Amino acid sequence: MSSRTLPLLFINLGGEMLYILDQRLRAQNIPADKAKKVMNDIITTMFNKKFLEELFKPQELYSKKALRTVFDRLAHASIMRLNQASMDKLYDLMTMAFKYQVLLCLRPKDILLVSFNHMDAIKDFVKDTPSILSLVDETYRQLIEMYTSLSHGEFQLIRQTLLIFFQDMHIRVSIFLKDKVQNSNGRFVLPTSGPVPHGTQVPGLIRMFSCTGEEVTRLQFNNGGNYTAGLREGSFEMFGDRVTKLGTNMYSVSRPVETHMSGTSKSSAQHTKQVNTAPNPLAKEELNLLAKLMGGLEVQKTGNADSGFRVNLFATDEEEEEALITRPDELSYGVINIQATKDHQANAELAKIMGEFTESGHQSPSASSKGDDLLAMMDGL
Amino acid sequence: MYHKEKSIQIKNSASALYNNLSVLRIAPRRLTYFTVVHANVVNMVSASWDGLNYSHRQLQSKEPNVATSTSLIMQAAFCVLPSRELLVITSQKGIQMYESDGSIMVYWHALDTPETPSEVNYVPAQAVFARGISAVWENYICVGVSSGSILVFDVPSKGSNITLSEVLEEHKESITDIASECSGSQQCIADLVSADDGGNLCVWKSGEEFQLLNKIPGFDMSCSSVKLWKGTVVAGYGTGQIRLYEAVTGILHAEVNAHARWIYSLDIAPFSGLLLSAAEDSLVRVWHLTVSQETNSVEVAHLHNECVTDTQICGARFCDGDGYAFAVTGYDLSEIIRYTQT
Repeated sequence: MSSRTLPLLFINLGGEMLYILDQRLRAQNIPADKAKKVMNDIITTMFNKKFLEELFKPQELYSKKALRTVFDRLAHASIMRLNQASMDKLYDLMTMAFKYQVLLCLRPKDILLVSFNHMDAIKDFVKDTPSILSLVDETYRQLIEMYTSLSHGEFQLIRQTLLIFFQDMHIRVSIFLKDKVQNSNGRFVLPTSGPVPHGTQVPGLIRMFSCTGEEVTRLQFNNGGNYTAGLREGSFEMFGDRVTKLGTNMYSVSRPVETHMSGTSKSSAQHTKQVNTAPNPLAKEELNLLAKLMGGLEVQKTGNADSGFRVNLFATDEEEEEALITRPDELSYGVINIQATKDHQANAELAKIMGEFTESGHQSPSASSKGDDLLAMMDGL
Repeated sequence: MYHKEKSIQIKNSASALYNNLSVLRIAPRRLTYFTVVHANVVNMVSASWDGLNYSHRQLQSKEPNVATSTSLIMQAAFCVLPSRELLVITSQKGIQMYESDGSIMVYWHALDTPETPSEVNYVPAQAVFARGISAVWENYICVGVSSGSILVFDVPSKGSNITLSEVLEEHKESITDIASECSGSQQCIADLVSADDGGNLCVWKSGEEFQLLNKIPGFDMSCSSVKLWKGTVVAGYGTGQIRLYEAVTGILHAEVNAHARWIYSLDIAPFSGLLLSAAEDSLVRVWHLTVSQETNSVEVAHLHNECVTDTQICGARFCDGDGYAFAVTGYDLSEIIRYTQT
C-alpha cells in the first residue's frame, strides 16, 4: 500500500522508545551524565543522515520481525544494555502506544501531528547539544517536505497501511487500562463524544435543496453520540501548537512504565493469529534491504566497558526473569539477536549478520517486484 | 427498528479498507456468501439461511504464475451480471476474477507498474493498486486503478475469455469506488458512477463505448463510497458527509452531516430505498430515500442508528433488496455482525 509509511512508523516508534527509556533511566537512578549519554547516542543514531536517506526512500513496510531487529539495534546504540525480556516489553509498549495513536487520531492527516509531537519531545531531549539538534532539525525538514503536500486520501492510505501492520495486536498496557482507554480484552476504547475532526461538522443535520440551489428543508436527527465542534487545525510547521495530545509523553515518575502481558489470556490468544505460516521466500530479500538500512545505523564504540550498564523494564530482576519464561510463544518476535555483553563482540556479531544478509541477498531472485516484502509484513507477531 | 442477530465468526480479522464487506444471496440454495479482506487474504463464509451451516474458504492474492508473489488486497466484491456471478479481488499486483463460490479463478489481469529503474528493490513513490469494483449492463465489469484509470472488462456469459475492452481516463486521482444503477430501472440514462480520492465523481453510460455524461467536482476530500439509485448519486466522504446529486445534471439535492469520522461504506436496498452508512465513528445509520413526485428530487430521512462499540467500521451491506437485514464488520474484528428488522 502506501510506500511512504516507513518514516512515520520509525519516527513514532522511536519517539515512544525514548519516552520509556527516559522514564526508566530516571526510575533506576542512573547518574545524569550516563543517562544523558544514552539518550544522546540513541537520538544521534536514529537521525543519522545516511540512515534517514535510506528510510525516506519510497518502500514497502518491513515485517514486524525485521523492524523489531532495527529497534533492537537502536536501543543498544549506547552504553545501556537491555536483556531480552526487557527489550520485548519495551517493544510491546512502543507498538501499542503508536497503535493507539494511529487508531485514535481524529483524521488520517493527524498522524503527521502525532509525529511532530514526538519530534518536538525529541528536540527537547537534546536541546543543549547543538550538533544533535541540527540532525533533528534536518529530519523536520524532510518530514515537512515529504508529507505536508499529501492529500487526505494519501494520508488515509498511510493510516490503513499502519493499521494492517498493527492488526491483531492486543497487548494490554497498564497505563492505558488505568486511564480506561483500553478494555481488558486489549481493544482500545473509541469515544462517541468529544470534538469532531477539523473540517468535519457535528453529525445531526440534513439539508435539502431545490434545483436552483436554495435550501428548502432542514432536518435534525439524533446522532447517537455527544460530539462537540472541531478544534482548530494543529501546526504543520516546524514550530507551533499541534493541538492533539496524541504522541506526547504520557509517562512520568508518578505514572511509571508497566505492562500486563495478555498473551496468556484466552481472548488475546485467539486474536494473535499468524497470517502466513509458510516460509517466505522473499524474506531473504527483505533482510538484504534491512541490512542496507541498518548499514546507516552507526553504533558508537563506548571504549570503556566499565561504563556500560543494564536497564530493566520491570520492577525487579526476578520479575524480568519470570517474564522471559512466561512470555507466550505467540508474542515471541523471533528477533535476530544482536545483543552481546561487549561492544567489540557486538560489532563482530553484527558484521557476521550483515555478511549473512548480503550473501543471502545475492541468492535471492533478482526478478523481484515492488510490494513483495509485504508477504513478510504478515509474518509472525 | 433493527435488532442484533447471532454473529458470524470469520477466520481472520477485517483490515481497515473501504467497503470491506461484500454479500451475495444465493436464493435457490438458501445461502448467503460474505467476503471480508484481511491483509493478503480474502475470508469467505457461506452461511445457510437457517443459521445452522457455515463453511469457510480463504483466497490468497497470488499471481497465477509466480508462486512466491503475494500482495495486500484492497477490495473483494461480488459482481452480478444477468448471465453469471463472479467474485472480483483487487490487490497491489492486479485483478483476480473467481467463480462466485471462490472455487475457480477464471481471469487474472496484472497491473502495469511504472517504469522500473535498474535497482532491484525500486518502489514507486505513488502506490500502485486496484480498488473500486462494479458490474454494469449485460456483460461489463469495471475496476478502478490507483492512477485514476478505470478498466472495463468484457465478460462472456460463460468461460474464461474475459477481455479488457476499454480504459476510461477521466479521473486524475486514485479511484476509491465504482457503482452501477441498482434500482433496475431502464429509464435512467446514467448507469455507472465512479469516485476518486479528490472526491470527484464521473457519471457514465455504459455500452460498447462508455460515454462520460457528467463530471461532478469534488472538494479535495476523498469520496470513499458511492452508490447510484434511480438516477441519484449517493456519495460518502472523509468529512463524514453524505451528498445526494442528480447524476446527469450534478444538481445537489441534499447534504447530510452524517458521521463524526471518515465514512467507509454506503449501501442501498434498491426496492425499499433504504440507505446504509457506516464510518470510523463506530456508528451505522439507516436512512430512507424517497423520490418526491412534485419536484422529482430525492429526499432523505434518518431512520435508525446502531453503535458497534469500540469498532471502526469498515464494511456494511444490506443482505437483501428490501433492506430487511444488514451485516457489518470493522477493523480488528473477526466477526460479521448481523441486524434484522423487528
